[in-house]
Amino acid sequence: MSPHLILRVVSKLLIPMIVVFGFYVQFHGDFGPGGGFQAGVIVAAAVILYALIFGMEEARKAIPPVVARIGAATGVLLYAGVGVATLFMNGAGEPLNFLDYDALHPDQGHHTGQHYGILLVELGVLCTVASVMLAIFYAFAGRVPDIRDEDW
Amino acid sequence: MLDILIERFNYIPIIILMMTGLYVIIATGNLVKRLVGLSLFQTSVFLLYITIGKVFGGQPPILVDSGHGEDAGHGAETAAHGAETAAGYGADAAHYAADTAHYAAEAVYSNPLPHVLILTAIVVGVATLAVGLALVVRIRESYGTIEDDALNAADYSLETGSSE
Amino acid sequence: MMDNDLTQYLDYALIAMLLAVGFAIVRLRNLFAVVMLTGVYSLLSAAWFVSLDAVDVAFTEAAVGAGISTVLMLGAMLLTARESEPAGQKRHWAALAVVAAAGAALFFAIPDMPVYGDPNSPANAYVGMDYMDRTPNEIGVPNVVTAVLASYRGYDTFGETVVIFTAALGVMLLLGFGTGRREDEEEDEA
Repeated sequence: MSPHLILRVVSKLLIPMIVVFGFYVQFHGDFGPGGGFQAGVIVAAAVILYALIFGMEEARKAIPPVVARIGAATGVLLYAGVGVATLFMNGAGEPLNFLDYDALHPDQGHHTGQHYGILLVELGVLCTVASVMLAIFYAFAGRVPDIRDEDW
Repeated sequence: MLDILIERFNYIPIIILMMTGLYVIIATGNLVKRLVGLSLFQTSVFLLYITIGKVFGGQPPILVDSGHGEDAGHGAETAAHGAETAAGYGADAAHYAADTAHYAAEAVYSNPLPHVLILTAIVVGVATLAVGLALVVRIRESYGTIEDDALNAADYSLETGSSE
Repeated sequence: MMDNDLTQYLDYALIAMLLAVGFAIVRLRNLFAVVMLTGVYSLLSAAWFVSLDAVDVAFTEAAVGAGISTVLMLGAMLLTARESEPAGQKRHWAALAVVAAAGAALFFAIPDMPVYGDPNSPANAYVGMDYMDRTPNEIGVPNVVTAVLASYRGYDTFGETVVIFTAALGVMLLLGFGTGRREDEEEDEA
């Protein structure tokens, strides 16, 4: 029997909620407080909670460190990719602007291009921040402490 | 003189907090506690920026009024009549803008610019903190201590070849 | 100051708690207590951010400052030390002298700073409020902080994203990937 039964049961219920809340924060960031930075940290916190309750081995099985590494790079590439895409999607004769979201969609009246651009860029930020926080956590947790527990 | 300080009362505790962080950085030799001092200092700088952006009677800089609801209405409208003329869009947008401007004239908002600057600064702060902590962990593994006096002594004995 | 504004007393209470926690961090030597108090400090400043209308900042500070950085500091503390050595007397007075000088200089600068809550101060009158006016027409997003962050200052945010990516790179170079295979690899190398 595990010594942290209540913690395990409660966190099993809580972790999906935390992830869902993270995505709510992400996609509601246009209308209320929130955005990619906060959502990324919340999603990473869910995985870190899982690692704290169920142990590092389980967490590494659920989300391998290589996923965190690839995710960090993917987020930056997505952000930069949006910028490069706006460079090439501008019409002829328009000035070429990095991260000029208006070029993403012809509908200027409703700022659809801006909405797409902000959505994609925030997704890139979410991806990078969540992966980076997780990668840093894995890096610290992967070291073997050489202070014995009796020293506490 | 007192009036000047009273209407700028927010800076006084912030400066004290900043100096608390600075004291921790200088007075402790423990590298982890020094990083704690740095983050104290950092958080008080965040507070400094945000208090400057505060406006009396202001709201958070989120345009929450019927402008938002109307925008949703626009969405439904767009879905219903897939093909609208560009002129129609323009009129809609102008109407929306005028409406929001009307609300903006009524509502007082705090300055959003410091919020943006500090939002990114917080995340960058935790990233640099992580790098600092990683360095401390490596120092602990190489030297067996994270007190800077002991580190200096170890470096000195390494250079001079003496045991003490 | 607005005399009829009751939230100012909440602000005073939060300031008092922040100062108390700050001084406690200076006095304590047990690193576990220091790290936990840092989390408390972040949470208190997040509460004050809400009172100062910076809800996005408060959200970030609560998630990052009180959450992730506390976890990271605890992890680092686990790998390093439990207690910090007491500061020497010489060092204490030297630090106090530096802090007194820097604090006096900053206090001297207070009269030049904008008045708290002044809507017409230079900090609040120009570009910040310009974003408030232009966002409905140009971006169409209700949360102006998001609009400025992702669109007007998208370049900055791109830079910040690269910075935290670089930080992860640095940590992984220093500490390894955390794949849990460190001992095996070391044995292989040896």
